[in-house]
Amino acid sequence: MTGYADFILLVVVVLDLYVVATSRLASCVHASAFQGVALALLSVALWAPSYKGGVDGHLLHLAFLSIGTLLVKALVIPQLVLRAIREANVRREVEPFVSLHLSVLIAAVLVGISFWLSSVLVLPIPAPTTLLVPVAFATVLVGFLVLVSRKKAVTQVVGYLMVENGIFIFGQTLVQRIPFAVELGILLDLLVGVFVMGIAIHHISRAFDHIDTELLSALKD
Amino acid sequence: MAMELALHVVVLLTTPLLLLGVIQKTKAWFAGRSGPPLLQPYFDFWKLLHKGAVYSRTTTWLFRAGPIVGVATALCAGLVLPLIGARSPLGFSGDIILFAYLLGLGRFFAMSAALDTGSSFEGMGASREAAFSAFAEPALLLCLAILCVPARSVGFADAFAALRSAPPGFSHPTYLAAALGLFAVLLAENSRIPVDDPNTHLELTMIHEVMVLDHGGPDLAFVLYGSAMKLFVVGALLVHVILPPPLEGGWEGAGVLVGGQLGLAIGVGCVESMMARLRLPRVPQFLVGASVLAGVGLAALLYRGTA
Repeated sequence: MTGYADFILLVVVVLDLYVVATSRLASCVHASAFQGVALALLSVALWAPSYKGGVDGHLLHLAFLSIGTLLVKALVIPQLVLRAIREANVRREVEPFVSLHLSVLIAAVLVGISFWLSSVLVLPIPAPTTLLVPVAFATVLVGFLVLVSRKKAVTQVVGYLMVENGIFIFGQTLVQRIPFAVELGILLDLLVGVFVMGIAIHHISRAFDHIDTELLSALKD
Repeated sequence: MAMELALHVVVLLTTPLLLLGVIQKTKAWFAGRSGPPLLQPYFDFWKLLHKGAVYSRTTTWLFRAGPIVGVATALCAGLVLPLIGARSPLGFSGDIILFAYLLGLGRFFAMSAALDTGSSFEGMGASREAAFSAFAEPALLLCLAILCVPARSVGFADAFAALRSAPPGFSHPTYLAAALGLFAVLLAENSRIPVDDPNTHLELTMIHEVMVLDHGGPDLAFVLYGSAMKLFVVGALLVHVILPPPLEGGWEGAGVLVGGQLGLAIGVGCVESMMARLRLPRVPQFLVGASVLAGVGLAALLYRGTA
């Protein structure tokens, strides 16, 4: 029954590529929200085959994790970012340093690299499904690509979210072993991080009338 | 078996024009019109066959060969692809490669015929067609590769046999990637929205329609028939990736095929009604996206095979 998990993982990769390919800021944010939904479903899909009925600690753990992911990544954070876009009055298009075509091709190469990387990597614990590790790497790497290749602060938030999503997927290999508190801490950190970024975006746009981070590198005393 | 192959040929020859009618009916339904009758493409085809043709003095045999080669290549591609059963009339081991090249050959002759007229508009259409098909071809080949890898064979019969034995649906997500990639190829190859607008009559915005401006009468009828058959053949491939043809073809196989095709035509009509045509610079991105999707599916398939 890893079929559903594999399907979700493929959806995650497609969403990665969609974030890179789209030219609209709002679609970037929507795609990362859908990725949050996919991640919440992923932990359920990975767990469902081993479910034997009854309520135990693992079930509660999973329920909290899934619902928490859904709330934070699919609802709260996208709303915050969309509000930041609205209030900062930014142009609604991403402004990439490299063209969109080239970004998609680079992303495809990164996805290829992550498949190669996970075929040479030996895990101490076997992953629940073979696609898990390559998709985790791909999401992290494409997240980094979004971080470095876009001018707007909002897209950098999206890139940061994608990196975190990749780490979350990777964490699914260890979901039996990570203490619940650690995962909760990561989610909380993420939320606080996005809050801080939202406030920073607001301030940058107040101070400079735009959120183009390229000009920040030219700041002087 | 003979009955099945005969049914294959009859379905291939008679149903393609129906798909155009279904697409137009769907678009009319979305727009709240009653639209032309479902069989209008057949009436058009019949009418065009009875007209005379006018040929410019600058054209050569290439111009006259274009529509005929278009129909012939689409027909051959339809004859190597298993449509309603496990086997096809001309199938052999390696027919997947022939299939891809037949589509390419038909396109090459369509472009040559357009260039042969010496009209600048048609040359422009041909150059656009060449550019976009260069982007669509990798997507098609990668999708076909996804079919080939599990079967360890480049024949349609083996590929569909592997598909039939694989559990359907979510357990094989790579086939879904192939299906999505093929849908993008279908839209691009058959000049549908969002790549090209088959209804537009501005030479500056259209691709396929501008290439056939100088064809008239029976030639235009063949262009119409050839492009409908190409839509039918690529559509049949897509339908079979989702619903592999049953082993014992016969009426059941024909039902699966025609039902799937009609569903697909309605889907194309919905896409055309809900989307605008992409700006020309965005089209390559759409097709590169399809190739990348198919490439990811292939990588996942190969990786699953090794791990």
